Amino acid sequence: MAESLSAPSGSVGLVPGEPLLSVDGLSKSFGGVLAVANVTFSMAAGESVGLVGPNGAGKTTLFNCISGQLRPNGGTVVFRGEELGHLATFKRARRGIGRTYQRIEVFTEMTVRQHLLVAERSHRGDGRLWKDLLNLSAPRPEEQARVDEVLDLVGLTELADTSVAALGLGLCRLVELARALVGEPSLLMADEPSSGLDVHETRELAKVLRTLQRERGMAVLLVEHDLGMVGEVVDRTVVMDLGQVIAEGTFDEVMADPRVRHAYLGTSR
Amino acid sequence: MTEFLGYGISGVPYGCTYALFAVGLILTYQATGVFNFAFGAQAYLAAFVFTWLTQVQQFPVWAAFVLSVVVLSPALGLIFNRYLFSQIPNNNNMAKVVTGIALFVGIPALLPVFFGTQNLQNAPSILFNINNVYLHVFNTPINGAQLATMVVTAVVLVAMVILLRFTSLGLQMRGAVESRRLVELDGVNAGRVVAVAWAISSFLAGLAGVLLAPLLNQFQANDYATLMVAAFGAAAWGALRSMPIAAGVGILVGVIDALLLGYLPTGSWLFTYVLPSLPFIVLALALLIVPGLRQLGVGTDPLSSVDPPPPPPIRAIRVPIMDRLIRISWYTVLAVFIISMLTWMPRTWENVLNSGLCFATVFLSITLITGMGGQLSLAQGTLAGIGGFTAAQLANHLAINMLAGALLGAFLAAVVAVVLAVLSLRLKGLGLALMTLAAALFFDNSVFNQTSITNGTQGLPLKQSWVAPLDFFNPNGHAMFVLAMVVLTLSVLLVNLVKKGSIGQFLTAMRGSETAAAGIGINLTWQRILVFALSGAVAGIGGVIFTIQQQSGNSNQWAYELSLAFVVIVVTTGVRTPEGAIQGGMGFVITQHLIEVYLPTRLSSLTFVLFAFGALTYAKHPEGILEYQKAKSTMRFQKLLFERDRPGAPPAPEAALAGAPGGPGVDGG
Repeated sequence: MAESLSAPSGSVGLVPGEPLLSVDGLSKSFGGVLAVANVTFSMAAGESVGLVGPNGAGKTTLFNCISGQLRPNGGTVVFRGEELGHLATFKRARRGIGRTYQRIEVFTEMTVRQHLLVAERSHRGDGRLWKDLLNLSAPRPEEQARVDEVLDLVGLTELADTSVAALGLGLCRLVELARALVGEPSLLMADEPSSGLDVHETRELAKVLRTLQRERGMAVLLVEHDLGMVGEVVDRTVVMDLGQVIAEGTFDEVMADPRVRHAYLGTSR
Repeated sequence: MTEFLGYGISGVPYGCTYALFAVGLILTYQATGVFNFAFGAQAYLAAFVFTWLTQVQQFPVWAAFVLSVVVLSPALGLIFNRYLFSQIPNNNNMAKVVTGIALFVGIPALLPVFFGTQNLQNAPSILFNINNVYLHVFNTPINGAQLATMVVTAVVLVAMVILLRFTSLGLQMRGAVESRRLVELDGVNAGRVVAVAWAISSFLAGLAGVLLAPLLNQFQANDYATLMVAAFGAAAWGALRSMPIAAGVGILVGVIDALLLGYLPTGSWLFTYVLPSLPFIVLALALLIVPGLRQLGVGTDPLSSVDPPPPPPIRAIRVPIMDRLIRISWYTVLAVFIISMLTWMPRTWENVLNSGLCFATVFLSITLITGMGGQLSLAQGTLAGIGGFTAAQLANHLAINMLAGALLGAFLAAVVAVVLAVLSLRLKGLGLALMTLAAALFFDNSVFNQTSITNGTQGLPLKQSWVAPLDFFNPNGHAMFVLAMVVLTLSVLLVNLVKKGSIGQFLTAMRGSETAAAGIGINLTWQRILVFALSGAVAGIGGVIFTIQQQSGNSNQWAYELSLAFVVIVVTTGVRTPEGAIQGGMGFVITQHLIEVYLPTRLSSLTFVLFAFGALTYAKHPEGILEYQKAKSTMRFQKLLFERDRPGAPPAPEAALAGAPGGPGVDGG
C-alpha cells in the first residue's frame, strides 16, 4: 500500500482540533430493546477515535444513526456545525461522512475501479440524465486520476479491473474502504475493517488509516474488535456496553478501567 | 337492518374463499418464503379437473375430489418445489416471483392444450347439495355450496393456526423460511419440511378451487385471478404472517363487496369505478399502511453469501475481436432485415414483424425498470395502454395528430409511472411488484373498460386522418415499418445511453447494495423515480406505435395478464440487454403467428406456455435462457477460434458462465 498522498479536499475549511462531530443524548430502540441509550460523545476534525465494546454494545447501531441509515428515537447529531436531524443518508455522505460496513456491502456486478468511479461521481452529486443522453458521462481524466490515487493508496491497483464477485472477504473490505475514501470524507467511519484480513493486511490497513488521519487530516471513527489495531490507530477511545458509553479516554486509560474489564470479561465469582 | 345484514351475509361465502386463498398464501410464504403467484392458477387447475371429471367423465364427486384435490394438487406442489422453487437460492426473491408468474401464465394456457377449449359449468358442491337451502340467516338463504365453503374455511383456519403455532413441524417451517441452510445445521431436514409445506398449501389451493367453482356459474381462469388479488389484499393486511387477520379481512372484503353491490345505484361512479376495483384498493391500501410489508421479499438469509454470484454479462467474457464480429453480424442481420422488409417480405409477415417491433419497444421498458432498475413492475402493459389510448383520444377529440399525441401519451404514462413509484417508495421487491399489479388491475377494471376511453369491447378504430399525412394504414406501403423501426432504434439508443452513463452506473450500484449506494451519496428515491418515469415513457411510446399498427385501440391489447406475460417473455429472452427485449418482441409475434396459422385452435395459447416454460429457467439463468445459450455458443466459438493458453485468451466456457469462484462474503482463505 502506497503512502504518498495529495492534499485532501473533503476537509477543506476544517482546522484540526475544531469540532467535527457531536453526538448528544442519542437513543435508538428496536421494540423493547434499547440498542443505544442516551449516548453523548464528540470528535474534533482530524481526530481518530476508537469505538469499542463487546458484541451487542450498540456500536453499529450508533454508526447507522450517525450515517442516517437509522432514525434515532432521541438525541441529536451535529456534523460540521449542522444538525443532521432527518437528513437522508445520501445527503450526509455528500456532506463528508464516509463509511464502511460490518457486513460486506459491495456492488456485485461492478469491478473495483467501477466502484470507485461511481462513488466519486455520486459523492459530488453529479450524474445527470441529460448528460447521459448526450453521451457526456464518460469518466473524465481528473476522475480517473483520483480513482487511481485511491487504488494505489489501498493497494488495489493490480485488481482494479477485477469484478468484486471474484474477490475474497478481506479484499472486499479494502474495496469498501477505497470507495469511502474516494469521496474524500472529512469523517471516515470504519466498521470492523480488519475483519477477514490476515495479520499482515491488518497492519497495512492500520498504517493507511493512520496516514489518512495524520497526513490528510481525515477524522477516523473506528469500530474494531482487534484491540491491538485500535491501540495503534486511535488518539482516543470510547467504550460502549449495552447501548451506553461506559468509559472514554486514551486507549491505555480505558483498558485499565474496571468497568471496561467487567464489560469484556464479566465478574469472577 | 335485516336487509343490510342479509346483503352482508350473502357476501360471506365469497369472503370465505378469499380467506381460504389468503391462508394458503400465508402458509406457503411462512414455510417456504415464496409468495405463490400461481396459487390461483393451481386452484383453477384443480377446479377444472374436478368439474371435468364430474361433468364430462361422470366420476362420483368423492372420486373426483380425491383425484383433483387430494392427489393432483399436492403432487403439483411437490413437483413445483422439487424442480423449480428448491433450485432458487433463498435470497433470489426476483426469481421466486418470476417463477410464480410464469406458472400463473403457463398453467391456464396449458389446459386448453390438453382439454380443448371447452367451457365447464355447474360444478357440484363437495359437501352438501347445492340445490338445497340448509338455513336462512337474516332472510338470506344459504345453499349447500355456500355452507360447505364456510364450514371448510373455519376448519382449515383452525387447523392451520394449530399447525404453525403449536407443532414442531410449524416451528421448523418458520425456521426454514428464514434460512434453509441454518435449520439444516441444526439437524432439521429442511427439504422435507419445505416439501410438506408445498404439499399442504397446494392441497389448500385445490380445496379453495373446488369450493369456489360451484359459486360461479361458469368459471374461468380470470375469475380465479381476480379472486387471487382479493386474497393478496387479505394476506397483505395480515402482513403475510397472521392467518386470523387475513381470514377476517378476506371475509370482510366479501361482505363489503356484497353490500356495495346491494346498495350502490347501477351506473353511479362508485358502482362503475370502486366496486370492480375493491380487491385492488384493499391490496394497495395494505401495501401503503401495513409496516410489515415494506421489506417484503427482501432476502434475510444470514448464509446467503454462500450462493454463487450472478453470471457476468456476455460482453464481459467476450474477447474484443468477438465483440467486433458480433457487432458486424448484428449490423448484417439488421441490414438484411430492413432490405427484406422493404422489398420481398410478404405483406402478412411484414405486418407480423411490425407488431414485433412495437412489442420490442414496450419490452424495452421492462429492460429499463427490471433489468437496469432491479424493480419488478407488473404494469408495463398498462402503461403502454395509457400511452395508446391517450394519443388515440387526443386525436379523436382534439384532432391532435397521433404522432404528436404519442409524446403526450408517453408523458402521461410516465406521470402514472411516477405516481406508482412515489406510492411505492417504501416498498421493495415483492411489495413493489404487488403494488404495480394492483395498479394494472385497477386500470384494467375501472379505466380501460370505460366506453368513453376505450369504446368498450369493440375498441376504438383509428382514422387515417389521425396519423396523416403519412399513410401508415396502407397495406402496400412501408411507412408503418419505417415508423416502428425508427421508434425502436431511438428507444434502444436511449436505453444504451442511460445504461452506460452515470444513471446506469447508479442503478447497477443500487442493485448490488442499496445501503452502500446511499452511503456513497446516491439519491435512491430520485433514481427510482427516474427509472420508473423513463420506463413509463418508453412503454407509452410503444403503446402508441402498437395502437397505430393495429389501427385500433382495444382494452384487450393491454389486459393485466399481458403485463404479466410481457415480464415472462422478456425474462425468458434476457431482461438485462436491449437485445433480449428485441428478441422477446419478435419471438413472441413470430411464435404466435406460426401457432395461429399452422396449429389447431386449441393450441393457440401455446405461445404463453412456451415462454412460461422458458421463464421457469430464470432461477438457474437470471440473464435469460436465450442470453445463456448465446453466451454458451459465444464461448464455444471463442474456444475454437483462439488458443486457450494464449495470454488474454478467454476463460473456459463452463468457468466463465458459472461466474467467479469466490464472491463477497466468502472468505477467500
